[in-house]
Amino acid sequence: MRTYLEFEQPIAELEGRIADLKQMDGVNVSEEVQKLQAKADQLLADTYARLTRWQKTQVARHAARPHFSDYVKYLVEDFTPLAGDRRFGEDAAILGGPARFRGRSIMLIGHEKGSDTASRVKHNFGMASPEGYRKAMRLMDMAERFHLPVVALVDTPGAYPGRGAEERGQAEAIASCTEKCLSLGAPLVSTIVGEGGSGGAVALAAANKVLMLEHAVYSVISPEGCASILWKDAAGKGESKAPEAAEAMKVAAQDLLELGVIDAIVPEPLGGAHRDIPLTVERLGDAVETAIHELEGMSPDELRAHRRRKFLEIGRAGLA
Amino acid sequence: MSWLSNLTPPGIKNMFKRQDSGDSLWVKCGGCGEMIFRRDLEASLQVCPSCNHHMKISVAERLKHLFDGGIYETIALPEPVMDPLRFRDEKKYVDRLKENRKKTGRNDAMEVAAGSIEGLPVIVAVQDFDFMGGSMGMALGEALIKAAEEAVARRRPLVVFTASGGARMQEGILSLMQMPRTTIAVEMLREARLPYVVVHAHPTTGGVTASFAMLGDVHFAEPGALIGFAGPRVIEQTIRETLPEGFQRAEFLLEKGMIDQVVHRKDMRQALSRLLRVLTKTGAVATPARPAIEMERPKAAGGGERAAPVPLDKAAE
Repeated sequence: MRTYLEFEQPIAELEGRIADLKQMDGVNVSEEVQKLQAKADQLLADTYARLTRWQKTQVARHAARPHFSDYVKYLVEDFTPLAGDRRFGEDAAILGGPARFRGRSIMLIGHEKGSDTASRVKHNFGMASPEGYRKAMRLMDMAERFHLPVVALVDTPGAYPGRGAEERGQAEAIASCTEKCLSLGAPLVSTIVGEGGSGGAVALAAANKVLMLEHAVYSVISPEGCASILWKDAAGKGESKAPEAAEAMKVAAQDLLELGVIDAIVPEPLGGAHRDIPLTVERLGDAVETAIHELEGMSPDELRAHRRRKFLEIGRAGLA
Repeated sequence: MSWLSNLTPPGIKNMFKRQDSGDSLWVKCGGCGEMIFRRDLEASLQVCPSCNHHMKISVAERLKHLFDGGIYETIALPEPVMDPLRFRDEKKYVDRLKENRKKTGRNDAMEVAAGSIEGLPVIVAVQDFDFMGGSMGMALGEALIKAAEEAVARRRPLVVFTASGGARMQEGILSLMQMPRTTIAVEMLREARLPYVVVHAHPTTGGVTASFAMLGDVHFAEPGALIGFAGPRVIEQTIRETLPEGFQRAEFLLEKGMIDQVVHRKDMRQALSRLLRVLTKTGAVATPARPAIEMERPKAAGGGERAAPVPLDKAAE
């Protein structure tokens, strides 16, 4: 059973009719099915070619979008999940561990949002606490020690704004994790695979190469949050003005490539990553492999200098 | 005041009116509610004389108090592209910028100055909360990088006074990118082995706290300053309960191990000077070498000479 987004309703209707027709036994409907399928495909292509930034936000948050567990399944082999920050606890909003990626040993780190109610609660909807960032730092240290490239997958609404998180130094954890990314003596390739929510995302994305899936979004604040502050749309929890906020903030991968904030966009299957997860992961794998290949010859100091140059350049050139 | 103003003839009222601004003569303390004579408040660095509540202090007042003789050099800051996203909400971002520039007389939310604190040369960066809530956009990022570069070039410590609501949403992702960019500024200081001190003023939240503000070698905070990642309202909405009194305040962060000291504004100069003089070894004098002390050593068999090391294969025998 496929989950459709609101703007996909016309596609849902067509695909529903096709499914119904296919159910009918004994009647020759293949011609009709073919015609409808062509129409549905065209509609899907047209819709996805013209997604607004708010629609992209919804695609990026799609319940069936590939999550960390899918990348573990299709992207790597011999993954050993590691737990705990060795200081306070384990935070399942950020997962990671060493793995084999197309023959290479790597350290895989990323947010996990969960895919049903129980797992969403377990992973806190991908909203990490200080322990998550501190675990990520621990894993990055280990990667550096063993000369493993780090592959980070970012998918979070943001860092968890909870009481305990604040008490245990959420701000310090994010700041230090960002610094760890920047000072890492191993190649670091980060991909925004779904939502890149603010500081909680950047803490894993101060990387040598920053990639984004085609319909992923990356922003300083959620469109709802921005709307509730700037459009004083607190009553509607920012929802009514969120589409405008998403447009104004330019949250799409295509915007970020133009602004020089990311290095490349990984194309998604037609209709979004959730329509073909293995294909999405394979394409991501190709892009990550290319990125790692470009970085592999660099010394730890060269990698640090590369990151520093890259981030200092952002916003300095090419904007008018 | 109202009954008094009604009773006083206009001529007398004007005598008390300040010439330089339309501000009233008295200020109500946000802490205890007491009315304070404005000039007393200026003398006490905007700290309430009765309850010690630290009120907002202007960038100019802070710098004047901090530096010896109130003398300092303002560092020219880079001017990045204005309004890179051509952002507009209910108002155009360029218009907001223009208004705030007019209101504060500065280009953006940070000023960088060079001067001396009790004779020790330092670079100081101050965030201006009056400029769009001290929010961090490209200009602020460039300002902090410039401050770090100046500190490195002149071999001076950097002190940053923070006061910010967080990121500048109107610059979208480019404002978020100031988190890694300002972190690079901190790294420049680390590599040059120059002290980097953060003084958290009220309030310091969001992306500023989650980047350069929490990466100091030493963190001082002003009493009562709100310091955190998420704002208290957001947390209360998330956990659906009311936060306890004092949550995310400077004293609370001290207890939680996130800052080193809560320092009263009037003591800040001295606290910074004491710390930085020791860290930079300013005024340190090498004491003459002491005569060597005879150390007692375990006597090896056969006299005062140290026993020859026993080869490993023999040691087990």
